Amino acid sequence: MAPRFQSLSSCMVPLLIDDVDTDQIIPAEYLKIIGREGLAEGLFAEWRRDPECVLHRDVFRDAQVLLAGDNFGCGSSREHAPWALLDYGFRAVLSPCFADIFRINALRNGLLAVAIDRPLHRQLADIVEADPCAEITIDLKSSTLTLPDGTGVDFEVDPFARRCLLEGIDQLGYLLRQAEQIADYESRHPPWTDSRQPKVLSS
Amino acid sequence: MNAEQQDPASGAAAEPSTLFDKIWRRHLVTEPEPGIPATLYIDLHLLHEVTSPQAFSEIERRGLEVRCPGRAVATMDHSTPTLPGVGRSGLRVLDPRGADQLDRLETNCERHGIPLFALDDERQGIVHVIGPELGLTQPGMTIVCGDSHTSTHGAFGALAFGIGSSEVTHVLATQCLLQKRPRTLEVHVEGSLQKGATAKDLILAIIGRLGIDGGTGHVIEYTGQAIRELDMEGRMTVCNMSIEAGARAGLVEPDETTFAYLEGRPYAPQAWQEALASWRELSTDPGAIFDRRIVLDASTIEPMITWGTNPGMSMPVSGTIPSAATVDPQSLPTMEKAWTYMAVQPGEALLGRAIDVVFIGSCTNSRLSDLEAAAQVMQGRQVASGVEMLVVPGSQAVRREAEALGLHEVFLAAGAQWREAGCSMCLAMNGDRLAPGQLAVSTTNRNFEGRQGPGGRTILASPLTAAASAVAGHVADPRELL
Repeated sequence: MAPRFQSLSSCMVPLLIDDVDTDQIIPAEYLKIIGREGLAEGLFAEWRRDPECVLHRDVFRDAQVLLAGDNFGCGSSREHAPWALLDYGFRAVLSPCFADIFRINALRNGLLAVAIDRPLHRQLADIVEADPCAEITIDLKSSTLTLPDGTGVDFEVDPFARRCLLEGIDQLGYLLRQAEQIADYESRHPPWTDSRQPKVLSS
Repeated sequence: MNAEQQDPASGAAAEPSTLFDKIWRRHLVTEPEPGIPATLYIDLHLLHEVTSPQAFSEIERRGLEVRCPGRAVATMDHSTPTLPGVGRSGLRVLDPRGADQLDRLETNCERHGIPLFALDDERQGIVHVIGPELGLTQPGMTIVCGDSHTSTHGAFGALAFGIGSSEVTHVLATQCLLQKRPRTLEVHVEGSLQKGATAKDLILAIIGRLGIDGGTGHVIEYTGQAIRELDMEGRMTVCNMSIEAGARAGLVEPDETTFAYLEGRPYAPQAWQEALASWRELSTDPGAIFDRRIVLDASTIEPMITWGTNPGMSMPVSGTIPSAATVDPQSLPTMEKAWTYMAVQPGEALLGRAIDVVFIGSCTNSRLSDLEAAAQVMQGRQVASGVEMLVVPGSQAVRREAEALGLHEVFLAAGAQWREAGCSMCLAMNGDRLAPGQLAVSTTNRNFEGRQGPGGRTILASPLTAAASAVAGHVADPRELL
């Protein structure tokens, strides 16, 4: 049940715009759902109206890696963003840096958000430009990204998220197992206020 | 004895601590270890209709209970219509998918015993407006919501941040989150804001300085004279937009302004003196170290507007859009995209640019003082012909207060629309939206492409600047009307 990630090999879709916000990834119109299925339709919905959009290129039809610009996933905390990317077929996003909430949401769902340094990012962009079919391999266990020429480059992912993805650890289950410590904390910290106590509003 | 904020461990620290350090330490259920995040206790969980249904479904799928319904509050705000009479007239949502979300929230809250302020409840409003005004938001707390503008509540000296729906599930089930300790950033603002410059202009200037990702990985504490001089609503405006600089949370040290605001609010602590004593210990100690620090001078800040497609693309209202020559070549594709989308030329001014819509509202600027500021400009004036103006109070309480002061009459007489409470055109989920190509001056927090409606273009500004622009029919400097 908990998401897993081991390794994948894929070409990369280059979306080299900085500060791509989650409103672009999945516009608000698509958030009117009570489940999490079927969001691929809304992924980059406005940008995909453009027939020239990179996502329409045949060569990227089965791509599982998005090569994104700086600060990918900024803005709204909507977890629909990684859900939509996964539903569309992406399994990993590479960027020089991610917005915090997006990175956390992505890793929780098994979408591997990997921050890479700028020279490597530039190198990957050059590789895609030269050959859109060029495949890289991302291996989480060895934390290695292998370039088409066989060169291996190490990357870092938050160690806890890495362990959870490799071992399929359910994070909610992990928290639930701390019930005793939580109860102990609560006994030492009773609340000032109970939200259920109806109060008369002052006029 | 009530001990929520009185963990003895916190008093024993030898080293000077920041406000963030103190709140963080007081909420550790388990300490972080190498490779393992901390378990952080959450005092208050705010819920709304859009990011909660998946979390409740997961709770039920696993056969779990909501651990602390008395630490949760839900409201309806994101997709609710704001047409006059909504709620009271029984009118719900125009879009059946939005109605499904509201029905689901009602069922979920009822099933799990969570208080819900529905459309017909006098406490209903934008989640980040009602938390503070009801006194639910209190200093020293940890507060989360499936909404990135949860940072608003940091104005009270609470550690408040947005989370995704998976984490909403975690908090419902365990009242805890697995958290990595963020870094700290002090934004120190010296001097005083000048006439016509508001909290909104200050935070737009701060984001412009930090950049849209300058706060990533950090919790900001706003300090200095200009921050101390802000009222609580101004502090909320500043903290609200911390996320627009990438910081999940922004904090202001609680002080007499904070305590005076909270005293007597419906959910303020009964044990008021005890709470006060505990809150007074939260301030950052002299000599405490932040990981980073920047300094600004408030007296140099002018009314600010944005010109591009993120809140970091800002300038003084009288300024000019950066030209290609001043832009880092690596950012050029991003800048070109923004210029094109906004239909602006690098190097040009926006002052005097004709506009179509003015929107006053959102969790950034929909509180009473925001409406008063706008009304001050609108008084005895008219919305320019060809401009549509919407005024959407942040909560039903704000609406009642504004109506008691006659502010609605000022707006209506000027030709603006006076609506019911909700998020409305800030994210355009409820039917209030820009038409493609329209240009709006908006008191909201995000000028992203299509944020206020597909193809719509947004200039972020203060309520003063928005109102002045409505009257002028073009982007205007409010100082000329004050």
